[in-house]
Amino acid sequence: MSWPLYEVFVRAKRGLNHVHVGSLHAPDDAAALRNARDLYTRRNEGVSIWVVRSDAVTASSPDEKDAFFDPSGDKVYRHPTFYPIPGDVPHI
Amino acid sequence: MSSFEDVLAADRRIEPRDAVPDAYRSTMVRQIAQHAHSEIIGMQPEGYWITRAPSLRRKAILLAKVQDEAGHGLYLYSAAETLGVDRDDLTERLIDGRQKYSSIFNYPTLSYADVGVIGWLVDGAAICNQVPLCRSSYGPYARAMIRICKEESFHQRQGYELLLTMMGGTAAQRAQVQDAVDRWWWPSLMMFGPPDADSPNTARSMAWRIKRHTNDELRQRFVDMTVPQAERLGVTLPDPELRWNPGRGRHDFGTPDWDELKRVISGGGPCNAERIERRRRAHEDGAWVREAALAHAARRQEGETG
Repeated sequence: MSWPLYEVFVRAKRGLNHVHVGSLHAPDDAAALRNARDLYTRRNEGVSIWVVRSDAVTASSPDEKDAFFDPSGDKVYRHPTFYPIPGDVPHI
Repeated sequence: MSSFEDVLAADRRIEPRDAVPDAYRSTMVRQIAQHAHSEIIGMQPEGYWITRAPSLRRKAILLAKVQDEAGHGLYLYSAAETLGVDRDDLTERLIDGRQKYSSIFNYPTLSYADVGVIGWLVDGAAICNQVPLCRSSYGPYARAMIRICKEESFHQRQGYELLLTMMGGTAAQRAQVQDAVDRWWWPSLMMFGPPDADSPNTARSMAWRIKRHTNDELRQRFVDMTVPQAERLGVTLPDPELRWNPGRGRHDFGTPDWDELKRVISGGGPCNAERIERRRRAHEDGAWVREAALAHAARRQEGETG
C-alpha cells in the first residue's frame, strides 16, 4: 500500500491568500506538513502551509463547466460598467 | 463548449480532467515521467561528490543542489499524477526499464571539475530546453517548469563560479576543467535530442504546444549562448568545426555522434546499469521505512478513534 496524496497550499507572505502549489505523498497529516515545507518552501517561499488529503477535495466537473457557471454568465448588471454615468460626475 | 482544439488554438492551458485525445495524454505522461526520472537519476552523478567536496562551502552548495534535483523530480511526479497515473507505478517503470531518463546521466563524474561543468553545460542545456516548457499546453507541467527554471539558474551559476575558481588555481586544476569540458561538451549537445530530420514526433508535439521549438533550434541557441562563456572561462570547446558565421549571425558547429546517443539511450552508456541498480536498491531498501510510517499513522489513528 502506498502513502496517500495530499494537496499543498502556501501563503507566500502575510496579506496574501494560501495558493495551491502542488501535491505530495505522505503517511499522515504531520508528515505531509513537514514534507511540504521541505519540498515547496526551500527558499522562503512561504509563511504558512495548509495540507489536505486529495480525496477530501470536492471539485466541480469540467464536463459540466458550461451549465455549472451559466447562471452568472447573463447577469451583466452585477458589473459596475453596466451603469452609464455622465462624465461630469466626479469620484464614481 | 471549449474543446481541446479550441483551447490549444487560443494558446490557453489544458487542465486536469479536461477531455483530451488518448495520444496527448500518453505523450504527456511519457514526457513528464521521463523528465521526473531524469531529475531523480540526475542526483547520482553529483551526489557522488558530496562526501568528497573540497570545502564546507562547496559541500553545502552541492547538497542544496542535489536536494533541488529531488524536489524537481517530485514536482514533476506530482504533475504526472494529475493525468491519472500512479507514482509507484512510474518508479517501477523506471526501474524495469520501460521508461527512460535523459541519457546525459549515464556518463561518469571523474573529478570535482565535473560538478562545475555539469552545472554550467548540463544545467545550461536543461535551462534552454526548459524555459519554453514553462508555456507548455499542459497546465500542471507548465507550472512545475516555472518553479524548476527559477531554481535551475542557481545551479548553472554555482557551476560557472566553481569553474572560474578552478581556472584561477593551479595548472593541474585548469587541466581538470578542460578535461571535464572535453568529456561533457558533446553529450550536452545531445541533450536536445536527435536532429530535426530524425525526430518524427516533433511536428505533432509542436501542434499540441507540448514543444515550442525544434531540437536543432534549441541546440543552436545553446551553442551561441555558451561560446562566449567558454572564452571568458578560458577553455576550448572540443569542436574543430566551431566558428562564428557572420552570414548567419550564428555559430557553425560539428555534428554530434548520433550513434553514440542511440547506444547510450538503449542501455550501452558507461553508467546505465549502475544508475538503475542504485535507484532500485534505494527503492527496495526504503520499503520498510514507508511501511513503518504507514503502520505508525494507522496506529495513531486507532488511538484517536478507539
